[in-house]
Amino acid sequence: MREVSAKKIEEAVREMCMDANYNLGEDVVECIKKAKDREDSPTGKAILEDILKNIEIGKNEKLAICQDTGFSVYFVELGEEVKIVDGHYMDAFTEGTRRGYKDGYLRKSIVDDPVISRINTKDNTPPIVYTDIVPGDKIKITMAPKGGGAENMSEVRMLTAAHGIEGVKKFVIERVEKSGGNPCPPVVVGVGIGGTFEKCAMLAKRALFRYPIGSHHPDKKFAEVEEELLEKVNNLGIGPMGLGGRTTALAVHIETFPCHIATMPAAVNINCHAARHKTRVI
Amino acid sequence: MAEIRLQTPLSDESIEKLHIGDKVLLSGVIYTARDAAHKRLVELIKDNKPLPIDIKGQVIYYVGPAPAKPGYAIGPAGPTTSYRMDPYATILHEHGLKASIGKGNRGPEVIEALKKYKGVYLAATGGVAALIAKTIKKAEIVAYEDLGAEAIRRLEVSDFPCIVANDCYGGDLFQEGVKKYRID
Repeated sequence: MREVSAKKIEEAVREMCMDANYNLGEDVVECIKKAKDREDSPTGKAILEDILKNIEIGKNEKLAICQDTGFSVYFVELGEEVKIVDGHYMDAFTEGTRRGYKDGYLRKSIVDDPVISRINTKDNTPPIVYTDIVPGDKIKITMAPKGGGAENMSEVRMLTAAHGIEGVKKFVIERVEKSGGNPCPPVVVGVGIGGTFEKCAMLAKRALFRYPIGSHHPDKKFAEVEEELLEKVNNLGIGPMGLGGRTTALAVHIETFPCHIATMPAAVNINCHAARHKTRVI
Repeated sequence: MAEIRLQTPLSDESIEKLHIGDKVLLSGVIYTARDAAHKRLVELIKDNKPLPIDIKGQVIYYVGPAPAKPGYAIGPAGPTTSYRMDPYATILHEHGLKASIGKGNRGPEVIEALKKYKGVYLAATGGVAALIAKTIKKAEIVAYEDLGAEAIRRLEVSDFPCIVANDCYGGDLFQEGVKKYRID
């Protein structure tokens, strides 16, 4: 067994909270630059220029690029040969998040109970941590601050086999069209197909953090659907911030999983243009 | 696309000059409020109690800023999604509010209220929070400090950039803009 200190995980988490919020991935920046060059709408182009200027300010001044520094979501691949010492696994994520959001001047956006009191926890905890146990002795952590505006535009639908791939396409396009300017377009569209009710939502979430942005599903059939959906979504004319234009989405990512003979769940999770995520391996 | 410099507070005359698509550079005092603060403000109005801020002629910016780093007037401060404030907008315009700033489109009841009470809805770019913060010169909490990021702040802004998305004539830039670029 390889011993890994919980303190080491905590420190990595703390740093990732700041890094993810200040520095947008180069793949996303390049994608926005290309969209700006293609954009026909003068308003849309001006908005994309401001988005790029803002990314520079965030990087240079170590400032959050968006005030909504999100729910702190972690995807972890935990090697089965790792033994956590000097503390507890979950505490490392909670403490790392608390310290990262405090030290990084990041907004605290979490309320304690979701409906009745809605009192801010004032330190952005608890985080959401999804852990997969994998072979090996490493810990791979992906941190994603997930903003509320785009999350509100997401949906799970229990389609059936009769809907087919055309039904899935219709659902995705409808979902993006209904969202309009609300989720801060140009968006990244994460689509989950298959699994169970909750599994397909997880697939959609994971699809958002595919690296690099715009890369495709390994199965050519689905890669083609990704291409087709991106074109169709951009033909909606919603454009940057919903004010009209050619760039409604930067990418459509589909993740799939086998499903039950009676079901065909699909989920759409939307991310704003600030598609923030950072990965580290300990 | 006309570029118009506007000084707050706003009069009916200044609202009448604005049309959808106009680029506005806003200067003067504006107030921040989002979900939780709106709920409290509207409860006060319904109970006939005084508001902690005078909203006559004023502008409300839908924002919950991040904390300010030392040396900064305010932390990153981009707009939040406006439709969540739709249920509160009509009553605030009825009581003298002239403009709101946010992102995303508004419902028909807000567009009606803007016509009826002479107001505008200004769209700011979401997710350019560090850039927008540079136009905010001063920020102080004036009510509901317990709400943290959602407290009401009095901001002094200089050339705050936004676009007229809904004017007092029923115009809607979201609908017009999308129509122009949609390919069927």
